[in-house]
Amino acid sequence: MSEIKFIRGYPEYMRKLIDIVNKTRIKRKDYQPPAMSKKEREDVLKLHPDYAPGGKRKISIGLNKGDVGPNEVVDLLEAYPLIEEEEIDLSKVDYDPDILIIGGGLAGTSAAIWANNQGIPASKILLTNKLRHGDANSMMAEGGTQAADRPNDSPLIHYLDAMGGGHFANKTDVLKALVEDAPFIMRWLLDLGAMIDREENGDFTEKWGGGTCRRRLHSCRDYTGLEELRVIRDEFRNRKIPSIEFYPAIELLTDGKGRVAGAVLCNLETEEYKIVKAKATILATGGFGRLHIRGFPTTNHYGATCDGVVLAYRAGAKLRDIDTVQYHPTGAAFPPQIIGLLLTEKLRSMGAQPVNKDGEAFVFPLEPRDVEASSFIRECYVRNKGILTPTGMRGIWLDTPLIEIKNGEGTIDKAFPGMKRMFERFDIDMRKDPVLVFPTLHYQNGGVETDPEGKTNLEGLFVAGEISGGVHGKNRLMGNSTLDCMVFGRRSGIYAAEYVRTAKRNGKLSLAHMRKYVNMLKEAGIKPERRAPILLPEYRGKAVLARMIDVF
Amino acid sequence: MKEKKSIMDRIADSNKSVTTGIDEKDIKYWVKIYIMGKAYRVPAGLTIMQAMEFAGYRFIRSSGCRAGFCGACATVYRKADDYKLQTAMACQTRVEDGMFLVQIPFAPAEKATYNINKEEYNGGVLFKYYPELARCVSCNTCTKSCPQGIEVMDYIQDAIKGDFKAVAEESFDCIQCGLCAIRCPAELVQYHIAQLARRMYGRHGLLEPKYLKTRLKEIKKDKYKDDWDKLLKAATKELEKMYAERKREPD
Repeated sequence: MSEIKFIRGYPEYMRKLIDIVNKTRIKRKDYQPPAMSKKEREDVLKLHPDYAPGGKRKISIGLNKGDVGPNEVVDLLEAYPLIEEEEIDLSKVDYDPDILIIGGGLAGTSAAIWANNQGIPASKILLTNKLRHGDANSMMAEGGTQAADRPNDSPLIHYLDAMGGGHFANKTDVLKALVEDAPFIMRWLLDLGAMIDREENGDFTEKWGGGTCRRRLHSCRDYTGLEELRVIRDEFRNRKIPSIEFYPAIELLTDGKGRVAGAVLCNLETEEYKIVKAKATILATGGFGRLHIRGFPTTNHYGATCDGVVLAYRAGAKLRDIDTVQYHPTGAAFPPQIIGLLLTEKLRSMGAQPVNKDGEAFVFPLEPRDVEASSFIRECYVRNKGILTPTGMRGIWLDTPLIEIKNGEGTIDKAFPGMKRMFERFDIDMRKDPVLVFPTLHYQNGGVETDPEGKTNLEGLFVAGEISGGVHGKNRLMGNSTLDCMVFGRRSGIYAAEYVRTAKRNGKLSLAHMRKYVNMLKEAGIKPERRAPILLPEYRGKAVLARMIDVF
Repeated sequence: MKEKKSIMDRIADSNKSVTTGIDEKDIKYWVKIYIMGKAYRVPAGLTIMQAMEFAGYRFIRSSGCRAGFCGACATVYRKADDYKLQTAMACQTRVEDGMFLVQIPFAPAEKATYNINKEEYNGGVLFKYYPELARCVSCNTCTKSCPQGIEVMDYIQDAIKGDFKAVAEESFDCIQCGLCAIRCPAELVQYHIAQLARRMYGRHGLLEPKYLKTRLKEIKKDKYKDDWDKLLKAATKELEKMYAERKREPD
């Protein structure tokens, strides 16, 4: 069935390469390369997919006209809507909530709970999901959530770490809100009954994250996002807040006066559309990993297709830092079934070392993600010290057995059950053997510009979570995304509730913004070849696609 | 000399099979699988999910995180010449020759409604909301069906005893795919019971971390106000300097 003989999960030639790693392990145990200087960082970043030539172009229409973005994103901004104005009857409203929340990950679900806490009745909130409630990148967050709560730490140090990681491009007031709310979010999670890793005396177990100068990472084994989201979702369900599934938003609605006033939803199974009229709309649709920017594999879930940014931009929202993409240094590169999947940064913070073909540790393991990822690309493609896989990928060893040498036997079982299980399914024992990694598309750093209250430049439109831009500048630090979702989910819920109380009534529902956008597309000479949002990526076999016919 | 491909193009080329779908011409080894009874020839070594896509299926349901964390792709299958009904996550399981498979897109299961702050911290709460717990016949089918390898029956027995800690720790890696509940002859919804037990344990069964309270007080009293004023006003140059001069706490 297969031409290659596998020995404990690896083909024979890779086994021989692993022997080299085994030989140098003891020498590397107490050694790690020093962190890079500013100059060294700048040099290696030239190889980062964001800075390497090509892959980007200017946006030709809309509020950010002239700004640069990845081709894959600009393609979607320069695409035609899924609907025609004439085919949509706006006079029949199907749902009439005070607050419409689009996207049920950590951000959207938190927003609903906090709007409810502010006195918006459950029945006046509507959460809509493209897939199931909880099908989100949040669910897959492994490493942890940052919060500065130890005595030698402070929100200011957290702020400085995030600023440096973000190349000093972060929006200051938004970042301040993030770090200052962080300890409160930990309090909230405890009150909800989330099982955050603890020491015997009840203190949080706090680990290193890349690019930070304090240990402030709070984890739930390596299922942090899963635990946070399933607890918050359980609370949401206890409150009987309406939630509908397989109902993505395919266009926002406005009131003809520039205010956002709801959305057009589509039942993915019946293809029937529904009209939602809302006093406030919160977009929490996540990021764009499934666009496979620059041809990278991704850690992201099936629905991460940039929908929210497309919808908001068409309605007139302002974007920022949309040109920067986060590539996680350690995506799986072998076996081929799991290419691109996330191997949490916490592996490195607990001692796993990146090692090249010759068994050398070549980089400080906890540089900010963009620097670390670039150094892997350099090792594989410039210095030619990567490991070639049977499918033609190049990768770097992540020497996971060091985790047990440094922290004691059984550490991997306890701290990384998810990782261990993933490799075990393919006969690899990460306690005994290193695993192969290469950078993978992980996170949308920028997005719809927001303020500390989750507000956008459009009245009635709030954003929270990965869709937003500003808080992480041009590169997010580990542990700040789940935090972002909960901080700004909460804030957008609270401020949307406040807005609902004071806002002027919306006028008649309208798709005028969509008409205007289509006219701009036509004026710019863009042909109607592409339509967006794309909702789902395309992975069907090429031979089948070539012979597909439309019969219904 | 021929123009050399850029590093980015070389990386993109090496990733093609996972980013743009699989091209038949790259495949040497094949297996035959039966998707809901229909035979398809698919490349050996793919996951069930990748194989179904290769065969032409486009997922709306039954595909979520594609990484083993979300439980969307619960699948049941039988192999040729094997009476056993097997369960798996389609995104984490390789196809095998002669596999008959179907996906379970949804598990009907009612979740109880409770207020975690107001419940008493004893085992009675589990029976109050899930009285069917008493119906467990210890058949172990749940454990055998768990794609995460969790000892489901053991934690259900712990739940009957009211041992929140044991339930919480054993069930922690649950991805709520629903396979245990679908297979259970006593009609328990194990993963909802475990969810309640974990929240009870997290809320009432763990000691308080001591620093958090202090930090929250400091923030409330605006202890950092002057420092914030300085930091927020700092020019990028100053910030860069402060960043470079940070001292990393010892490992």
